[in-house]
Amino acid sequence: MSNTKYILGHFADPDDMMHGIEKLQENNISIYDAYTPMPIHGIEAKLGYKRSRLPIAAFCFGITGTCAGFSMIYYMLVYDWPMNIGGKPAFAMPNFVPICFELTVLFAAFGMMACFMYANHFFPGRAPRVMDLRASNDRFVLAIDAKTNPYPEKIVDLLNEAGAVEILHNERKYVSYE
Amino acid sequence: MGTHNHTTHNFNEQFEFSGKAKTWSLVAMLIGIVAIAYGFLIDSSEHHSERTFANLLLMGYYFTCICAAGAFFLALQFVAQAGWSAGLLRIPQAFAKVLPVAAFILILIIIAGLFSHNLYHHWHLEGISDEKHANFDPIVAEKSSFLNAPFFLLRQVVFLSIYSIFAVLLTRYSNAEDKLGGLANYNKSIKVATIFLVIFGFTQPIWSFDTIMSIEAHWFSTMFGWYNFAALWVSGLCAITLTIILLKKSGHLTWVNENHLHDLGKFIFAFSIFWTYVWFSQFLLIWYANIPEETVYFYKRWEDEYKFWFWLNIVINFLAPVLILMTRDAKRQTNTLMFVCILLLCGHWLDYYMMIMPGSLEEHRDFGITEIGIAIGFVGLFTFLMLTKLASKPLVPQNHPLLEESLHHQI
Repeated sequence: MSNTKYILGHFADPDDMMHGIEKLQENNISIYDAYTPMPIHGIEAKLGYKRSRLPIAAFCFGITGTCAGFSMIYYMLVYDWPMNIGGKPAFAMPNFVPICFELTVLFAAFGMMACFMYANHFFPGRAPRVMDLRASNDRFVLAIDAKTNPYPEKIVDLLNEAGAVEILHNERKYVSYE
Repeated sequence: MGTHNHTTHNFNEQFEFSGKAKTWSLVAMLIGIVAIAYGFLIDSSEHHSERTFANLLLMGYYFTCICAAGAFFLALQFVAQAGWSAGLLRIPQAFAKVLPVAAFILILIIIAGLFSHNLYHHWHLEGISDEKHANFDPIVAEKSSFLNAPFFLLRQVVFLSIYSIFAVLLTRYSNAEDKLGGLANYNKSIKVATIFLVIFGFTQPIWSFDTIMSIEAHWFSTMFGWYNFAALWVSGLCAITLTIILLKKSGHLTWVNENHLHDLGKFIFAFSIFWTYVWFSQFLLIWYANIPEETVYFYKRWEDEYKFWFWLNIVINFLAPVLILMTRDAKRQTNTLMFVCILLLCGHWLDYYMMIMPGSLEEHRDFGITEIGIAIGFVGLFTFLMLTKLASKPLVPQNHPLLEESLHHQI
């Protein structure tokens, strides 16, 4: 039993990589993830990824912002310190709208940002977790979990067949801490 | 999916304008003519001819705006050098080709309405700027160096001919591109589109000040031009999307898929919000400042006669698209998008109705045969002319340099 945790197939061409994904999937080999230096159209569908739930989070944050804005102005202008501004009633809805709108945008933007950072483990001072450094440079990388997929030789053969230029057997998941 | 989509399409496909579409658009035009005749001749109420003219102006303006939105859409795609839309450009081109006819009809309506004193009588009246005359109106007299019949008509003719010339030029380059290929026509289109956008951006607000805002000549709002632009653009996008969906449903435009519709849906969603933004900006400033000569506009629209329609306008044009089109799936589902397009097209009819009627007919406004018939008539006229133009050329600009990108568009 080898100590290989992940098998990484390096491709020099995105089409070769897409071809590789097809080959592996035809042979019932599950792909852990794909890393590419640029976005590739259709790859999420091919890997069977679920859609991001970020829009739902954005909606919830937005609604929170609307409510926060509304309660803030209501407290200030109607409950705590009503003032006569231009003879308007204290509880005048139209002038609530811009503030509610701005806070909706603010909460949605910051909330989405925070969710994105949290989900991807981006924090200040946190070393990024990268499985292969060249994936952000010139290589299209397919990662296959060697512990859950049997027959590593077959995986290597399939990757080679699809046109992989380099195949790595990594004993650690992430290389970026080194 | 995506880059691996190599379905073959028939790019020589041409739309054939016949059968049901032709019959129904002719029937609609006939209904329109009957409604106009009814409005002028049979309807015996006191304000019947003014009401008919107000409706003709509404639909003439709406019709011209939709065609101008087609030209604007084209120009925008060229200036942005957008690839996604290359495959569907023939539809806004068909809109743009109808613009000269629409502009001509609008000018006819305006001239007839102006000189028969059915439209614009707030500022076009004998002796209105003559101090000794009984009709003297000091506010209009101040404005009369700009707002007088010859200059007003000159502006209409100049603006509408400029828009029409640019609209026709843009379609002509695309047709030349079909024959010759190469980049020459595309580059020319970018140049012409840039000039058009600058001219349109500066003159369209003035054009809407003239055509719509001058109905209530005492009142003015600097937001009005943008407000009208937002209405023009949203209703134009809805008409383009609706045409594409209906063409797809009848088996054309196989290369336009849910990704393109998604982008059009996003446009509709975003510009519905933009419309509300401008609408509300105009409202908020007037409400807050509370100056009588400005609030009179909303005062009229707040009376019992109009209050319901005033609120319905916001519900249809803001709440409905925002709530229905918010999710990604809704924009990608043809039927949902089609429903929103139809709803918004009706909504912007109501929007224009709320701009025109309180100023011209005031409390005598009505909703009946004249309104519905004239609206149907213009829809028929637009459909007939647009589909005739659409049928004259293949449904895709084959030699568009970015066509390949459009075919593989994926979001």
